Amino acid sequence: MRVEFDVIKQWIQPKSRVLDCGCGDGTLLLELKNSKAVDGLGIEIDHDNFNACIRKGLSVIDQNLDSGLSNFADNSFDMVVMTLTLQAVRHPDKVLEETLRVGKQSIVAFPNFAHWSCRLHLSSKGRMPVSKFMPYTWYNTPNIHFCTIKDFEALCHERGIKIVNKEVTSQDGRFSSLVKIWPNLFGSMAIYHLSN
Amino acid sequence: MQQTRYNARKSISRPSTVPSNPQNTSSSSSLPADSVGLVTPQQQHFDQPLSLACGRDLPGFTLVYETYGELNKDKSNAILVCHALSGNAHAAGYHSVDDKKPGWWENYIGPGKPIDTDKFFIVCINNIGGCDGSTGPISIDPDSGEIYGPDFPPLRVRDWVHSQKRLMDFLAIEQWAAVIGGSLGGMQVMRWALEYPDKLRHSIVIASSMKLTAQNIAFNETARQAIMADTEFHDGYYIKHNTLPRQGISLARMVGHLTYLSDDAMDHKFGRELRSGSFQLGQDSDLEFQVESYLRYQGQKFSEEFDANTYILMTRALDYFDLAREYDNDAGRAFANAQSSFLVISFSTDWRFAPERSKEITNALIAAGKDVVYADIESNFGHDAFLLKHPRFEAIFHAYMQRVEASCQNGQQESSHAG
Repeated sequence: MRVEFDVIKQWIQPKSRVLDCGCGDGTLLLELKNSKAVDGLGIEIDHDNFNACIRKGLSVIDQNLDSGLSNFADNSFDMVVMTLTLQAVRHPDKVLEETLRVGKQSIVAFPNFAHWSCRLHLSSKGRMPVSKFMPYTWYNTPNIHFCTIKDFEALCHERGIKIVNKEVTSQDGRFSSLVKIWPNLFGSMAIYHLSN
Repeated sequence: MQQTRYNARKSISRPSTVPSNPQNTSSSSSLPADSVGLVTPQQQHFDQPLSLACGRDLPGFTLVYETYGELNKDKSNAILVCHALSGNAHAAGYHSVDDKKPGWWENYIGPGKPIDTDKFFIVCINNIGGCDGSTGPISIDPDSGEIYGPDFPPLRVRDWVHSQKRLMDFLAIEQWAAVIGGSLGGMQVMRWALEYPDKLRHSIVIASSMKLTAQNIAFNETARQAIMADTEFHDGYYIKHNTLPRQGISLARMVGHLTYLSDDAMDHKFGRELRSGSFQLGQDSDLEFQVESYLRYQGQKFSEEFDANTYILMTRALDYFDLAREYDNDAGRAFANAQSSFLVISFSTDWRFAPERSKEITNALIAAGKDVVYADIESNFGHDAFLLKHPRFEAIFHAYMQRVEASCQNGQQESSHAG
């Protein structure tokens, strides 16, 4: 299971109603269903992932986040989760606000573009970073809105979004002490627990 | 929509018999291997009157139905398939090795297909008010001794559901593993989920709607007016006059048919191809486009096969259907009564039962806190897409049916938060 899932799990209350925006193959939702007995719903547009969710017995709907979450009522979920999805939507700020309209709280995980490897790649090669973690080239990447930890917190501040919890991880758990001191430099992924 | 093999005169005189033994005779080698093979329709008469939504009673009725596959020991693998406007009980297989066409949902019912006849026991019933063997306008009214004709009571979707429940009881099935239907069939599925919430584990609603839009009702009314304007209609007593409103029902079918296809599908299939004549200058021959010829052929064929009073009755049932009417028009509140899990499917170019309608169903189910899987399938084939082969539809249907199958093995309600 992905590292961020362990972090997310601890912020989810048992038996809560969870919406997972961009739920992938449903690994997280299934884990939450099994370990926390949540009432979960996934949103996924990739066909193979969608079918994998059906096979896992999950509730899942085929909906593009770029067309919004207007079909969901205010506060209709206890928690809206969005892992590695924010950077792939057209209007991340709007989607972020929507997660906190539809959900009482939300959890957002995204890759930190200010990670030292990205900085090194860009400064030394003068080209957009491509790595195992971000395998796409600039023209075909689904990740159209990369941001850094500082950028994200600035947006939260600007929109009056409260940061309830925050966890920054590094790939393979390396440099974990450095991550604590300089998260925006050594953190490869940031996971935020947010509320209005 | 669906092809029928109805023959008015034959059906009228069809005797009511005790059901023959179930059902699929051994399949013939000349039929496709992925078909359930040769099947025999059965029929069952119910003596108890059926109270109808209109306030009248149907004094006993006959249901013609087909079954495919084997009912398991604990009777947990039974599936009800509900047909659409012009459908019938013949959903899969062949009645004879000489049949040119199989049942109307052969693409999805059969061994190894999403509704797998190796795993499930599938029941498909010709609805009352129909014209393919079950009691309907061409049956004899026991009170008057004459053919019902236009005096057959108007029906609502719930009347079909209640009549289907009678057959369920007769077959001693306690709970359907799933009730499945497209279009008008999908409306029956939703009504099942509300009328008999504990009698089904899964509801599969395909290309359907919780109520028709004004445009949709308008299409139906145009079709009805085409029938009624036919001088051979005789206020619905055409059989008494030994005739059929062929022109009218043919026109009604043409109107219906073109709304079941998309602009793209028609263009792809016919374009501006000519069947006869030519545009060459100086030529004064009669021109006929392929699309004209096709629609006319479909209309004419249908006019010999399908009863006009049934067509009027079925389209009215479609128009009257409004799932949430008695729940203060709150669909979420309506579905709060459901206990089943739901699969909802729409097709991108279906403008008769648009994806928006299926999204409304899905949103209402989410609001009601039900288990739901929803997908809009990219297809060029309009409303008819639900009858046609489609890789993504098949994949989703297959994956979901694995869940239905798992619920049979559990023999229990699998839903985590049903009710």
